[in-house]
Amino acid sequence: MDGSNEKKPVLIIGGGFSGVSAAIEIMESSEKSVVIVEKNPYIGGRVLQMYKYFPKLCPPFCGFEINLRRIKLNEYGRIRFITSSEIEDIRKEDGSYKVKVRRKPQYINDNCTICGDCVDACPETRLNDFNYDMDSQKAIYLPNFFAYPAKYVIDDEACKLISCKKCMTVCRYDAINLEAKEEFYNLDVESVILATGWRPYDANNLTKLGFGRYKNVITNVMMERLSADSGPTGGEIIRPSDNKTVNRIAFVQCAGSRDENHLPYCSSICCMASLKQALYVREKNPDSEASIFYIDLRTPGKYEKFLNRASSDEKIKLIKGKVANITEESSSGDLILEVEDMLSSKKVKFKAEMVVLATGMVPNAPSNLKTGSLKLSFDENGFLFFQDGNEGIFSAGVAKNPMDVNQSIQSATAGALSVLQYSFNKRGQNG
Amino acid sequence: MDNKVGVYICSGCDISKSLNIEKLLNIAKNEYKVEVCISHEFLCGKEGSDLIKSDIADKGINKVVIAACSMRAKQDIFNYDILKIYTERVNLREHVIWISPSNNENTQRLAEDYLRMGITKAKKAEPPEPLIEEINKSILVIGGGVSGLNAATNAAMAGYNVVLVEKESHLGGFPYSKYKKWETNPPFEKNVLISKDLDELIQKAENSDRIKIYKSSVIKSIFGQPGMFDVAINGNEAEGGNGELTERVGAVIEATGWKPYNPANLSYLGYGSSPDILTNVELEELYSKLYLESKNELFTINRPSNHKPVGSVAFILCAGSRDENHLPYCSTVCCMSSLKEAAYIRNTNPNSKVFIIYRDIRTTGEYENYYKKMQQDDGIFMVKGELSDISVDKSGSINIKVDKTLFGGSIDLNVEMAVLAAGIVPNSGDFTPNGEVALTIGEQAVANPVQNAASCAVPAGEDDFSKKSGILNLIYRQGKELPDLVYGFPDSNFVCFPYESRRTGIYPAGSVRQPMDVVFSADDAKGAVLKTIQCIELAAKGKGVHPRAGDMTYPFIDLPRCTQCRRCTVECPFGALDENDKGTPKLNPKRCRRCGVCMGACPVRIISFKNYSVDIIGSMIKAMNIPEEGTDENLRIVVFACENDSYPALDIAGIKRLNISSNIRVIPVRCLGSINNVWYADALSRGIDGILLLGCRYGDDYQCHFIKGSELASYRMANLKETLDRLVLESERVKQVQLEISDYQKLPEIVEEFVNTIKKIGPSPYKGF
Repeated sequence: MDGSNEKKPVLIIGGGFSGVSAAIEIMESSEKSVVIVEKNPYIGGRVLQMYKYFPKLCPPFCGFEINLRRIKLNEYGRIRFITSSEIEDIRKEDGSYKVKVRRKPQYINDNCTICGDCVDACPETRLNDFNYDMDSQKAIYLPNFFAYPAKYVIDDEACKLISCKKCMTVCRYDAINLEAKEEFYNLDVESVILATGWRPYDANNLTKLGFGRYKNVITNVMMERLSADSGPTGGEIIRPSDNKTVNRIAFVQCAGSRDENHLPYCSSICCMASLKQALYVREKNPDSEASIFYIDLRTPGKYEKFLNRASSDEKIKLIKGKVANITEESSSGDLILEVEDMLSSKKVKFKAEMVVLATGMVPNAPSNLKTGSLKLSFDENGFLFFQDGNEGIFSAGVAKNPMDVNQSIQSATAGALSVLQYSFNKRGQNG
Repeated sequence: MDNKVGVYICSGCDISKSLNIEKLLNIAKNEYKVEVCISHEFLCGKEGSDLIKSDIADKGINKVVIAACSMRAKQDIFNYDILKIYTERVNLREHVIWISPSNNENTQRLAEDYLRMGITKAKKAEPPEPLIEEINKSILVIGGGVSGLNAATNAAMAGYNVVLVEKESHLGGFPYSKYKKWETNPPFEKNVLISKDLDELIQKAENSDRIKIYKSSVIKSIFGQPGMFDVAINGNEAEGGNGELTERVGAVIEATGWKPYNPANLSYLGYGSSPDILTNVELEELYSKLYLESKNELFTINRPSNHKPVGSVAFILCAGSRDENHLPYCSTVCCMSSLKEAAYIRNTNPNSKVFIIYRDIRTTGEYENYYKKMQQDDGIFMVKGELSDISVDKSGSINIKVDKTLFGGSIDLNVEMAVLAAGIVPNSGDFTPNGEVALTIGEQAVANPVQNAASCAVPAGEDDFSKKSGILNLIYRQGKELPDLVYGFPDSNFVCFPYESRRTGIYPAGSVRQPMDVVFSADDAKGAVLKTIQCIELAAKGKGVHPRAGDMTYPFIDLPRCTQCRRCTVECPFGALDENDKGTPKLNPKRCRRCGVCMGACPVRIISFKNYSVDIIGSMIKAMNIPEEGTDENLRIVVFACENDSYPALDIAGIKRLNISSNIRVIPVRCLGSINNVWYADALSRGIDGILLLGCRYGDDYQCHFIKGSELASYRMANLKETLDRLVLESERVKQVQLEISDYQKLPEIVEEFVNTIKKIGPSPYKGF
C-alpha cells in the first residue's frame, strides 16, 4: 500500500472489442472508473469491419449492441471514452501512471443528432477507410451505422474547413465548429490495460502474390467489406477489376505468416477466417467454387466442427500446398496460381477469378504506441504476453497474443480481474 | 405510485416537417390528460433537457414520455433517477419519419399510435424495486488442478474468500508429480519442469488465509442461488476428508478439468496388442516415474516389451480425435504434447528416430516457435498422412502404413514403440440414465477413470444433459449439472461472451469449458473469477447479470392464481425456477436473467415485471387506434421485435432512410420468448390484421441470448391454431421471421411481403368490435 486511497481510474488503451469488454467487466464488478483512449472516432475496433464471425456466421454488431446497452444502461460516467486520440506519453510517478493524451480536433460536438443534413451539404469526398479505401464518402461522415459515440466526423484532410462552412450553415443544432483545435488531456491512472489490437500484415510486402499489381488479388479483411451489406458493393461479391460475379475463388493461407521473411508466428485466425469466407461465398453464390491452399488447417477444439461443415461442401476444395507465385492473365483479369501441391509433390497451375490472401495479424503496439520512459516487455514479435517489472500494466486481446474474438474477450475478462487485484493489493480494498 | 405523466415531443430532426405536432400534443392532452405536454425543437439540447429536469423537480413528474428519437440514441441526456422516474421513449424519428413519407396521413397515424402506446406503457409501468438481501461473497472452486488453483489464488488476490474442493487427497490435478511442460511465456521454445511452478502454486493456495481447502472431498449437492448457495460437501474420512459438512458461498467455478479418452477404444490403433503401444498419458507417466526415481535426467527409456533402450518411436496424432466415431473435436493439446514428448525421447535416447504421423500440426500463435524448434532436430521426422494400418510382427516391432503422404504415395514405417496421442474428455459430470444422484460415480472415477471417460465421450443430446450428475449435483428443477453446449463441454454458445453460462453464478473454467492447455487454463480461470465476482457484486445490488446486466426488475408470480402447469419451470432457459411437489413454482430471483420467457409461457398470465407485463403490452395493443374501414392503408400489423437485434435493425433502416410500410406498429420485446399467446388474441380480436415476429435465428447456431426464446416463440405459435380457429382467422395472419441485426436491408421487403399476404387475405373481420 502506498498510502493513497484516492480512487484513480483505469486506463484502457484501445476501444476495440477487447478494450470495451474489459471496461464493462470492470464497471460491472467494482466501483472503479475507466477511461478508454481510442484512436478511431468510434469504439468497437477492427471487428466492426467484419461481415460475419466464425463459427456461427453471425454479425459482430449483435454482441456489440449488447455491450453498448451494458454501457448505456449502467451508471453513466464510469466509462469515459476519449476517441480520435492517441497516447503521447506515460510515466510512472508516485505509484500511479501519468498519461498525456493527444486528441484530434473535435469539429463535431455532442449536440449532433445524426440528422444527416450536413452530409447532403458537403461538397468534398474522402476515401472510406472503414471499407479499406475501396470506395469513397463525404468528408463529413458517419463512420458506421452503429457508431458510438453516435455523431458525425470530419476528415480534416479532405474538408476545406472554414473556407467552405457549408455543413455549418445547414446544421440546426450548433454541432459543428470548424475552428476546433487539437486538445491534450492529462490523466492520472492507477493501472493500464493495453488493448491496442492489430492491423493486417501489409500485403504489399508479398510481391510474388501479386497484391497491389493485380486488382483481383485482395486480402481477407477486404473480403469482409466486399461481403458486408454496408460495404462498397452492398454485399455483392464482385471482383474489383470488372465487377463480375466471382465464381471461382482461391484463398492463399499463411500469406506472410509462418514465414521468417514476414511474420514468423501463426496468426491463429486465418484458417477459420478463410473457411468462413468460403462458406459465405458459397451461400451468396451457389454456383461458385472455393479453393483453399494451406500448409496445416488449424481449427482447434470445437472449431473442428466448422472445418467439417466446410469440407462437406464438395465445392469447397481444401488443398495442401504452398502458393509460390501469382500472375495475371491480362485478357481476362483471371489469376494463375503456381502451387506446390504437397500431396502429389508436383507443381501445378490453378486458375481463379479472384484471390484472397489470408494475411495475418500484426500487433499495433509497440510500433504505434508512445510509452515514453515506460519500458514494456514486448516479446520479439511485438506482443505483450505478460508484463515484467512495471506493476499495474496488463494486456488483453491481440496486443497480448494472436487470438480470435472469443479468446480476446476471454483475455479481456481476465485482464479486468488483474486490475481489481492490483487495486485491492494497493489500497486494501476493492473498488 | 401516483402517475404524473409528462409528455415531451421533439420537433427537431425534421419531425415537425413531417408530422403535425399540434395533433400529437392534443392526443396526449385530450385522450390521456397528462400533467405536462409540450414540444421543443431541440429536446436533447441543454434547454430542452433542462425543461424536463425542472418539471421532474418542480411538478413531480414521475413518468417521462420522450417522443423523439430511438431509445438507443441520446440515453445520456434523457437519463433520470431510475428508481424514481419511469422513462419511456417513443421513436418518432427512426421508426416513423425516417422510414415513411412526410406529411402523409398514414405517417401521422403511425406517430399518433406510437404516442398512445408510449403513454399507455408509461402509465402502467413502474420503476424497479431492487431486491436487496444479505449475501455471501465467497467463491466455491470445484477442482484443485491448474485451473482450480489459479481460480482460488486469483480470487483471494482480489480480496474474496474461497472454498476449494478437491476429490483427490492432494492438490495439483493432472500435472501433479508429472515431468515437464512447455514454457508458459513466449518464446515458447523449450520444456520446463512442472514441479517448480506447480509446487509454488499449491503452496500459495495452502498458505492463503482466504482459501479454505477440502481435499478428498466431493460436492454432494448445491442448493440456492447466487449470493446464497448452500453447498453440501462430502469428505472421504478414510482418505483424510472431513466427513459431511456445509458451506455457504456466493458463486461457483467448475474447474474439474478433463479425463483422457478411454484407450480401450483405440484398439484399432493397436492399443492392447503390444506393451510397446502406449498412450501419450502413459508415456508421460513413465517419464515422470523415472525422473522421480532418479532425480536427474540421465535415464534412458526402454521398451516395455524387452526392457532394451528404444531406438525408434512413432507418435500417432489425433488418436481418436477429429473422428466422428470417437471424439469429433480436436483436443487442441495433443500436437504440442507430442512434440514435447518427441523432444523427451530425443533427449534420453539420443540415437533414436522419432516419427510424428499427423494430419495438421496445430501449433497456433507463437506456439509456432515450439514447432520450429522441434523441426530443427534432425532425428524428428514429420510424416503428414493418414494411418491405414498398424500391426505388431513376431519380432515385436510395430509396422505402420501411412497413406496420402507428402511424397505422393504410401510409406511403411517399422518402429519399436508407438505413442497414441489420445484426446481429452471434459470432466463435466457423468451420464446417469436413471437420473439418480450417483455420488459413487465420483469415487469410481478415481478408481477407474477410463471407464467414465468412455461414458462421457458419447455426445449427450439435449435431453441427456439434464441427467448428468456427479460434479455440481445442483438441486435444480432442470438438472444437476451445467448444460452442455457440445461434446460434453458446458461452454458458452456466444462468440462475444465466452463466459455466458446457462446457470447464473456458475462458471466453467479451463479444459472442462473447452479443450485447452495449462497456459490458457490459468488465464481462463482468471476470467471465470472475474465473472463470479461480477455476479456476486451485481446480486448484492439486486441487479441482473449479462445479457441484461444491471436490470433491477425481476418477475413477480401471483401464486394464489397459479394452476401448477409447470410451464414456467420447464421453459426457463436458465433453470431459475424450481417447484414444489405440487408443481408450484419457486422463483430464485438471483438466478433470473430477466428475459421474460416465464411470462410468455404462463397460460394464466400471473407472471409480470414492474415495467414489462402481459397487461402492459396488452394495453399498448389496445391503445392503438384501429380504423373501422378495412382499406389497404388501414391494415394494422403488430410487429413484436427483439430489443437487441430487430429493434436496432429497424433503427438502422431509419438511418439509411429505407421505406417501410406505415401499416406496422412495432412493440419491442425483451425476447420473442416473452410473448404471451394472449397478446395474439388481444390483437386479433380487436381487429389487428396481422402479427409479425422479428427475432433471432434459432437451431444449431442459435443467436438468441436467452437460448431458446425465439424457438419457443415459434413453437408456441404452432399452438395458436386453436385461438385462430376460434376466431375463424387464417393462420397466415401470424408469422415469425428470423432476423439478424445486420439484416436491416431486408426489412422493407420482409414487411412488404407480409403486408401483401394480409392484403390478399383481406382485412380482419373484427374491426369495429
